Amino acid sequence: MKVESSLLIPAIYSRLGTPTLTGALRKMHLIRQFEEGAEQAYIRGLVHGTMHLSIGQEASAVGVGVMLQQGDYITSTHRGHGHCIAKGADPKYMFAEFFGKDTGYCRGRGGSMHIADVATGNLGANGIVGGGLPIAVGAALALKQTKQPSVVVCFFGDGANNEGAFHESLNMAALWKLPVVFVCENNKYGMSMSTERSTSVKYIAQRAMAYDIPGVTVDGNGFKDVAEAAETAIARARSGLGPTLIESLTYRHRGHSKSDRNRYRTKEEIEQWIANDPIGRFENELQELGLITAQDIAALVTSVRAEVEEAVEFARLSPAPAIADLTQFVYSNPQSEVSHVG
Amino acid sequence: MSAEVRELSYSQAIQEALAIAMERDERVFLMGEDIGVYGGAFQVTGDLVHRFGEDRVMDTPISELAGAGVAVGAALLGRRPVYEFQFSDFSTLAMEQIVNQAAKIRFMLGGKTSVPLVMRFPSGSGTGAAAQHSQSLEAWFAHVPGLKVVQPSSPHDVKGMLLAAIEDPDPVMFFEHKLLYKMKGPVPEGYYTEPLHEARVRRAGTDVTVVASSIMVHKAIEAAEQVASEGISVEVIDLRSLRPMDYSSVIDSVTKTTRLICVYEGTRQLGIGTEVAAAIAESSAFDRLDAPIVRLGGADCPLPYNPDLERAAVPQVPDIVRAIQKTVRGVR
Repeated sequence: MKVESSLLIPAIYSRLGTPTLTGALRKMHLIRQFEEGAEQAYIRGLVHGTMHLSIGQEASAVGVGVMLQQGDYITSTHRGHGHCIAKGADPKYMFAEFFGKDTGYCRGRGGSMHIADVATGNLGANGIVGGGLPIAVGAALALKQTKQPSVVVCFFGDGANNEGAFHESLNMAALWKLPVVFVCENNKYGMSMSTERSTSVKYIAQRAMAYDIPGVTVDGNGFKDVAEAAETAIARARSGLGPTLIESLTYRHRGHSKSDRNRYRTKEEIEQWIANDPIGRFENELQELGLITAQDIAALVTSVRAEVEEAVEFARLSPAPAIADLTQFVYSNPQSEVSHVG
Repeated sequence: MSAEVRELSYSQAIQEALAIAMERDERVFLMGEDIGVYGGAFQVTGDLVHRFGEDRVMDTPISELAGAGVAVGAALLGRRPVYEFQFSDFSTLAMEQIVNQAAKIRFMLGGKTSVPLVMRFPSGSGTGAAAQHSQSLEAWFAHVPGLKVVQPSSPHDVKGMLLAAIEDPDPVMFFEHKLLYKMKGPVPEGYYTEPLHEARVRRAGTDVTVVASSIMVHKAIEAAEQVASEGISVEVIDLRSLRPMDYSSVIDSVTKTTRLICVYEGTRQLGIGTEVAAAIAESSAFDRLDAPIVRLGGADCPLPYNPDLERAAVPQVPDIVRAIQKTVRGVR
């Protein structure tokens, strides 16, 4: 039975089309289940290091990712699983990287904080707050130098907006009108420090003014809002008009990392945001618009579950890197390896 | 067929290498503070902006951290940036991008990419520029796996090694001593490269090995010539590259001469000479030693302004002469 709706379909949804919207919802579920799977794997002892989960922030990653084309690039953060999946990463190789396996995206050398796949335009998550900002600007400079019609999306968190790298990068990108979009995922806390306590402006997007570029604050848990802002900013960047700063207001349901005891926020606040879950909101919206049915959603969730289970198994059964290869990727040429003293 | 050799200054040789690199490879571009119409704080880039335009000789804002990071990002996409720090001291503002990003990206990403960039560091004392414009920080960078660190001593080497550095797929930290910029020497015309991992014997000798790099090579040679009249035969090794380090050349030399003096401008403690000394202590040459190893390094203080104090803070020719005499004659 076709779901009837009297609501007007937003223009951006018409432009994207139902298959893309369904694909976006699937990616949001994939991110969610990937991270829940990662948590489970951690509990099972399959993951050796820490992890930073973005559960609750999926609309932000996918709302931007859905607007990117082949040839576009992203830089990401320590909380970057969602960005990777949104850019097209395969959870198989992500889990393998998590588990420290030789089949992982970084052959087990990087782990959760360094997942990258340059071939598909993912220049890498980053363990340093603000570390990806200048790199994104440099990548955008390379695109401009080679006259490619591509853009770079630079994801970072609210914490990074107080790093010098943020300000230096926005200035240079604005100065040279580079094809880069700065997406600040403001999840309210840099580890334990709230933006109210860390940041002198109410909205991080206000800081765009200092660099004479557009700055917009959007409801980061609303897929449509994020996608609209991303569409405008990416078009602007692609046409040579320069960068935009998008502030995406969102929330991480989980703690900062595995060491977090949630001492800096209230249970009520967390529950309030869980009620504002981006996946549930997007599903309701698509159903109300008659673009998807509950059955479609159930089928999609089941297929994601199978994909995640398969990915975990692939990773679990993959070989570990050889100890003998410890220093293998330090330099490109073997002659550069520091010789042992005779 | 031998290329014509003429005399060029060290800075002219760098400029020529930059020009050749940009002519040969459209991916190569220069970034830095005041490297355009100003010509660079030490006039190394000179008029290159007029020849190659502002897009390839890019003046950057005074933002060393992002400047270095922009070089990293551009290199990731296959460009070949050459970033000039106005003074090597200012690289302290960019350590995050150099140490955490440039040096590690290839390894962290499982060898799937590389970061082909060059960073140039005008460094060293002797210009009366005091503590924040005179440091020799090369040992810091040599401590970081993933970086290559070189310190050419002559116009010939600086041209060939810079061309090699720009072609190298990995990040190369290129240290230029400011007092060498005006030094002249023979430089072949046209394109050539010098390896980034080999030391050179600059003066053959039999009694003692002096290991040096950059400006200290010249001081060591001068000292060696002074003691030659006393019948002391000094072998001077120019390390050229600090990472990777050519240990075997030093070991071979010390095995022959049985004595080692390391001369370097950076702080003596945990410096380049410390590494050379330790390498010899661990090597087969240790048993051949006829004298304790000597390290002549920078004094344990920031570089002072007063010229006499400044000279006293780094090894000078008379210091090297004294160290050679003591080491060879066994006078403690």
